[in-house]
Amino acid sequence: MATIIAGIGSSHVPAIGAALDNGKTEEPYWKRVFSGFEKSQAWMREAKPDVAIVVYNDHASAFSVEMIPTFALGCAAEFPPADEGWGPRPVPVAQGHPALAAHIAQSCILDEFDLTICNKMEIDHGMTVPMNLLFGKIEKGGHWPCPVIPLAVNVVMYPPPTGHRCFMLGRAIRKAVESYPEDLKVVIFGTGGLSHQISGPRAGLINRKWDTAFLDNLSKDPQKLVKIPHIEYMREAGAEGIEMVMWLVMRGALDDKVDEVYRFYTVPASNTAVGHIILANKRRAAKKPATKPKRLAVKRKRAAALARVQRIRS
Amino acid sequence: MAREQHDYDDIPGTFVFDAERSRQGYAINMFCMSLMKDENRKAFKANEAEYLKKFNLTPEQTDAVLKRDYNRMLELGGNIYFTAKLGATDGHSFQHLAAVMTGSSQPDYAAMMLEGGRSVEGNRSRSGKNTPSKYLGAAPAKKTAAAKVKAKAGSKAGKAKSGKAKSKPAKRK
Repeated sequence: MATIIAGIGSSHVPAIGAALDNGKTEEPYWKRVFSGFEKSQAWMREAKPDVAIVVYNDHASAFSVEMIPTFALGCAAEFPPADEGWGPRPVPVAQGHPALAAHIAQSCILDEFDLTICNKMEIDHGMTVPMNLLFGKIEKGGHWPCPVIPLAVNVVMYPPPTGHRCFMLGRAIRKAVESYPEDLKVVIFGTGGLSHQISGPRAGLINRKWDTAFLDNLSKDPQKLVKIPHIEYMREAGAEGIEMVMWLVMRGALDDKVDEVYRFYTVPASNTAVGHIILANKRRAAKKPATKPKRLAVKRKRAAALARVQRIRS
Repeated sequence: MAREQHDYDDIPGTFVFDAERSRQGYAINMFCMSLMKDENRKAFKANEAEYLKKFNLTPEQTDAVLKRDYNRMLELGGNIYFTAKLGATDGHSFQHLAAVMTGSSQPDYAAMMLEGGRSVEGNRSRSGKNTPSKYLGAAPAKKTAAAKVKAKAGSKAGKAKSGKAKSKPAKRK
């Protein structure tokens, strides 16, 4: 059975990608941002997930205004980085996991989440920046450490799906993953945010109090976040801060009670508050070793007894 | 037809890109999208007004694009992720656009960001709804929610339990 071992929340500020691509990571401004992810990269190397589901939004790259799917699942075998106007980012083409993605699509649609299926799709900074932050810088010719399944959420055109809807989709994704027969360790990313507004005369808005409360509740009391109406996100966290609903897909895919492994927050990266959290499901493996050997022992005893009986009979 | 009013129109300095603006601004956004290609950027720069004719913008939208009035573009249905492509075509960084939209200079805008960004205080509402969100409180609300559940369960179960549930929130005061 496949299991979701942890959820990762991370901002996906494009300037972080540009800083990485242009070798600015050692500049004090950027070092402040990148150093916040060093422990996370160590955690990720240790966790060694087999697949990462990445909930993100496209920024006028793969989808323009011609088609605006609310939830679009990437079922392709690979996802090339999109040309966002400066040439594609120098990162490897991401490998997909078409079998698990198709399974998730089928399971979620029957669970009443009408996902759009993308069998061809390019991914932009919304996805590649968090992958860099968690997996580190990987040259164009290299390989990301695991296959990915992109889940693009419309948060560009109002209204995005509600926080509750996002959370429930997370639940459905979890159900789908857990009904997949292969033993796979899966992590799920929620990306975007935290508070920021990049449009209009109110651009530059940051709300540290809101962000801190959001992270606190994400960790301890996600049901509270599920109730937040869109107007509150936009008023308090900025018009583009509404991206934070995507973190609720990730949270919905986790246990009710989780271990907060790590958290990082800094202001600013370009125009945005950078937030990051790792929430791990409590290890359920502890139960298994206790029951498995017993069952095995019983089985062996029975087999031995049967063998004896058969020997006597013959 | 006048724009339908929404709760988010109360947020100052903000043009929410909603379904109506998406419809209204389709041409602006498709024009901006075309600037992803180098040959289009060149054609646009060679003759802006002529290039824009291909996209059926309204006269107001054309005017806003030619004048680089970014706020007006947003008001007329442009979306920031799209209009940013116009800024990039002009060779501007995003912070330059942000400074222009906020009526500030780029160094001043950058300094504001370094100091923690624009405060939400006084920037929540046009109509004076400037109290912080009730969704901000973290832990106490959890207790309240739990108490509510208990109170509900109590009222169903009978007097003895509901009395107990009522006494709990009082203790916290």
